[in-house]
Amino acid sequence: MTASNTTIRSNKRRSFMRRVRKHKLHLIMILPVICWYLLFRYGPLYGITLAFKEFRMLSGITGSPWVGFANYEQLFKSYNFWNVFRNTVTIAALKFVFGFPAPIILALMLNELRLQKYKRVVQSLSYLPHFISWVILTGIFMVILSPTRGPINTLLKSMGLESIYFLGDPRYFRGTLVVTGIWKGVGWGSIVYLAALGGVNEELYDAARVDGCGRWARIWHVTIPGIIPVITIMLILSVGSLVEDDFDQIFNLLNDAVLSVGDVLGTFIYRQGVKNLDYGYATAVELFRNLISLVLVLSANYFSKRVNDYGLW
Amino acid sequence: MSSVPVKRGRRKHRIYESKGEPYFQAFLIIFFAILSITFVYPYWHVLVNSFTTPNFASASGFRLWPREFSTDAYRHMLSANYLWSGYKNTLIVVALGWALSITGVVLSAYPLSKKDLPLRGFFTSLILVTMFISGGMIPTYLLVNNTLHMRNSFFAIVLPQCISTSHVIIARNYFMTLPNDLEEAATIDGANSWQVLWRIMLPLSGPILATISLWVIVSNWNAYFNCLLYITDPKKFVLQVVLRRIILTDSKEMTAASEAVTNTTDTDIVTLRAASIMLATIPIICVYPFLQKYFVKGVLIGSLKG
Repeated sequence: MTASNTTIRSNKRRSFMRRVRKHKLHLIMILPVICWYLLFRYGPLYGITLAFKEFRMLSGITGSPWVGFANYEQLFKSYNFWNVFRNTVTIAALKFVFGFPAPIILALMLNELRLQKYKRVVQSLSYLPHFISWVILTGIFMVILSPTRGPINTLLKSMGLESIYFLGDPRYFRGTLVVTGIWKGVGWGSIVYLAALGGVNEELYDAARVDGCGRWARIWHVTIPGIIPVITIMLILSVGSLVEDDFDQIFNLLNDAVLSVGDVLGTFIYRQGVKNLDYGYATAVELFRNLISLVLVLSANYFSKRVNDYGLW
Repeated sequence: MSSVPVKRGRRKHRIYESKGEPYFQAFLIIFFAILSITFVYPYWHVLVNSFTTPNFASASGFRLWPREFSTDAYRHMLSANYLWSGYKNTLIVVALGWALSITGVVLSAYPLSKKDLPLRGFFTSLILVTMFISGGMIPTYLLVNNTLHMRNSFFAIVLPQCISTSHVIIARNYFMTLPNDLEEAATIDGANSWQVLWRIMLPLSGPILATISLWVIVSNWNAYFNCLLYITDPKKFVLQVVLRRIILTDSKEMTAASEAVTNTTDTDIVTLRAASIMLATIPIICVYPFLQKYFVKGVLIGSLKG
């Protein structure tokens, strides 16, 4: 038995060496990319130790002293952190509740539209904001949503309402984030659903019609079940990124007037780390966020596998 | 009961149309017209602001047409050095980022498409794991800034994110669908792996590489955050960062910061901002109609792997 094991092992090794020789050039090709991954994706993992250290500029990450969970004690005691955490959860929940169904609804409505050319024009226009950066969109929204000159507020005033400072009033800022986020992403998000809608079997519609289904019954019993697998995938993906918050959007739209309601984990980490140079504390917050995010992705996938027999991996 | 299907059969074309259908279609048409306006109007508003006098631009309300036409704002902005250097830096970053990304994706996706590559499983998981676990903003910042000393280098902007795992996987899946025969034939003829990759695989993978190129170019064109983190020399700011300063800093700072824009007042800022926003947006709006269908195809390729 041991003898046969050794032969198997040596055979394996021989075949491995043979494969190495055969793929020598392929291995040379992939080497720089693997080095890149080790440096830029695994290198920063070492920096996570900072979450349990007090960073000293001169000693670097390795030389800085360990402080155990001191950063976390400071974190969990701080009112500011809990406020930021609450903001993150609230904004993520709002964005999820309103933002997730929006592209599905848009796709379903576009699907009902008979004028194909018109449909294509609407689609093209709706994709455009996806390509414009939040830096530029911030500039545009500052003009459009301006309380004094903006057209939206002119409209409100002409209807006898008071003008609203959408970007500077804590009561409206989160709503503004949700609406501008949908405005930017709804068209692009609908592409996947429209493709899925195109794949729904036409015969099912005919059958539904013969059975006397109206439009709503048809949508409910044929269209939506047809795109459920795609909706599930998108749901898993969006649950996974819930605490990642749309950093670019909030980072650019955030200002001092709305810090109390708009400051989220991403912007908090940036301020603590890059601006205040409190690297240990910022890394502690970031590790906390990444762990939540990982748990969310894994559990979303787990539930989806149990319920739908359908997971991402 | 039994007569109903017959009746319906006869009016075959009509049953598809319920009585409310024309009204419903009319509703959809009006709804989408309004929706389209909300998608287009914000750009139009800023475009009009940029082509008018500060006086008109600071008026409130909707705009259809610039009543007082003026190109002053563009003349001001185009004579500002920082805008041109922003364009130049962005072009460098886009070109550099594109070259690094495509090289990285091809050099990893092609070997990984070989089923009997030694350590293939290990390499694949090494790459995939990074989709779920990452060091994060601060450790990456310290690595690039303090350990690698890349501050104020364009490589600091593009190198930390030049390879995207999803791009590698998409390209690998594509390479795996290509027929093996060509490659074998070339190998028999004495071609080595580089020649096979260069002469056979790359010419065959035009569509997928074009799609990935578009993604990479757009994301590098819009990228600002790494520049904000690693670049402190204003001469090396990319366009988005220049714009961010113009848009977010208040007018006094801006006039102090810009050498070309002198004697400006608060109202001038409205048109100057509008012009700079337009100068950064117009390139995208110009190429977008031609490239849109490739982007849409790309989304579908990207979602297929799920």
